[in-house]
Amino acid sequence: MEANTAPPKRRSLGSWALISAPYLWLLIFFLAPFLIVFKISLSEVAIAIPPYIPTFDLADGWQAFWDNLGALSLANYVWLTEDALYWKSYLSSVTIAAISTFLTLLIGYPIAYGMARSPRSIRPTLLMLVILPFWTSFLIRVYAWIGILKNEGLLNQLLLLLGVIDEPLVILNTNIAVYIGIVYSYLPFLVLPLYASLERLDGSLLEAAEDLGCPPWKAFWKITLPLSLPGVIAGCFLVFIPAVGEFVIPDLLGGSDTLMIGKTLWVEFFNNRDWPVSSAVAVILLMILVIPIVLFQNQQQKMSEADG
Amino acid sequence: MTRGPTWFNITSLVLGFSFLYLPIVLLVIYSFNESRLVTVWGGFSTKWYASLLQNEQLLDAAWVTLRVAFVSASVATVFGTMAALVLVRSGRFFGRSLFSGMIFAPLVMPEVILGLSLLLLFVAMDQARGFWTVMLAHTTFAMCYVAVVVQSRLVGFDKSMEEAAEDLGCPPVKTFFLITLPIILPGVIAGWMLAFTLSLDDLVIASFTTGPGATTLPMKIYSQVRLGVTPEINAVCTILVVLVTIGVIAASIVTKRQQVQRERDERAAFGNEAS
Repeated sequence: MEANTAPPKRRSLGSWALISAPYLWLLIFFLAPFLIVFKISLSEVAIAIPPYIPTFDLADGWQAFWDNLGALSLANYVWLTEDALYWKSYLSSVTIAAISTFLTLLIGYPIAYGMARSPRSIRPTLLMLVILPFWTSFLIRVYAWIGILKNEGLLNQLLLLLGVIDEPLVILNTNIAVYIGIVYSYLPFLVLPLYASLERLDGSLLEAAEDLGCPPWKAFWKITLPLSLPGVIAGCFLVFIPAVGEFVIPDLLGGSDTLMIGKTLWVEFFNNRDWPVSSAVAVILLMILVIPIVLFQNQQQKMSEADG
Repeated sequence: MTRGPTWFNITSLVLGFSFLYLPIVLLVIYSFNESRLVTVWGGFSTKWYASLLQNEQLLDAAWVTLRVAFVSASVATVFGTMAALVLVRSGRFFGRSLFSGMIFAPLVMPEVILGLSLLLLFVAMDQARGFWTVMLAHTTFAMCYVAVVVQSRLVGFDKSMEEAAEDLGCPPVKTFFLITLPIILPGVIAGWMLAFTLSLDDLVIASFTTGPGATTLPMKIYSQVRLGVTPEINAVCTILVVLVTIGVIAASIVTKRQQVQRERDERAAFGNEAS
């Protein structure tokens, strides 16, 4: 991509406008809100509108500003370490997300592999079939599973009918339902980058391996898997990072003992109306996710440079 | 990688696609269920669709959602396309890595964080919450998706035509509308559609940033789902699924046709040159 960067000519007014419009929008609506979240996470909860103190008002003059600055404290963060609910939520979010990512990979890899190996003529159709569920509502797709997983739901009815089980399995409102929900909702995110890297794979390498007497499973292990690794990594990040902060799936499919930080934050904000603590929860969540997010971006950059 | 399909590949595709589609198919089937109990089949009926038309709250919510989605997708497409041009064309400038970071981060950022942070911004700005705040919030995260979609279209773009136009004295803005935009148009349309469906679909960010009088359809569906599964919700979901499916398939046919047409034009142009 470096090759088509503009020559070092002087930038026109127009190109400055082109850069600054989306830049300013993102600074105001993406970066500035994080600074506000950080500031409120250092504030104290209060029965007021807005429900925290201090509020900064530059009209009060500098003295008030410095006083307010002094009133900020780390009390909310200390609170997060003291109450077991929070660190348990973080831990179980990361665990649930990691297990779900692994399961998604297990299910998604054969699909992507099958797509990349199918005749060229039907590949666009298969691609379309993977993308289509992604366009339909997330909420609807999670909702659809409630009817299937319920105690008197369709899955249990089918299994009872077939005589596999004698009494209904309890799946809804357990962590298993959360895994199913995450795998189902995020599957296209993993299949698409994986398919892209599998499709690019040079078939002659596999043929060479075969000619030299390498058994197929070994060829897969030594050639296909390592070469598809960029796709695997990109796909896993795309599943793992949003899954850690997932709210809808644990709320609708999980049980009361399913701890996930997105749900904890939601309850803290909407039910307890404790804005400072929910801000602190968000700041810590962001700090946990910063490392995978940065890794993901580097990966994306490397991949787009390889394309360019 | 073109070798004959093996049994393993066919099985994994069939199982994979059944997994992806079965839940949605079941949901659609049960929206035509006569019985109020979602899991007991009581015969074919369209009564839940009829009762939807009576449900004014739901219709109101649907109308709000459509307006938010239309406005935010349109604004997001303009800003997202600009951002894509900046990412691909502007070379180095001060704060470039911050810029690309702000484009990619919202794609994976948990929605609860985006929602909370935007709400706190609106509170700090003392902005009354409702239609416009949801619209601004949706525009912000949707423009990043648009930027990524348009960017992928721009990367494989032949710059020589733009350069030719500029050498002939065509002003940059005119060059963009006459040459660049028609070529990247499929990406821009796909970006708009993605932004539209993301906005249509969003529950978490809308719940944080909305105010009185601006309840969106996903919020309405969510509060009903918490009370239990009903055929009426199945009917709403079916309508949404059908609309989105028609939209996506229609768009892909149109872009396909355009692509074929353009390739034919290009071949014709080069053919004339040769002769």
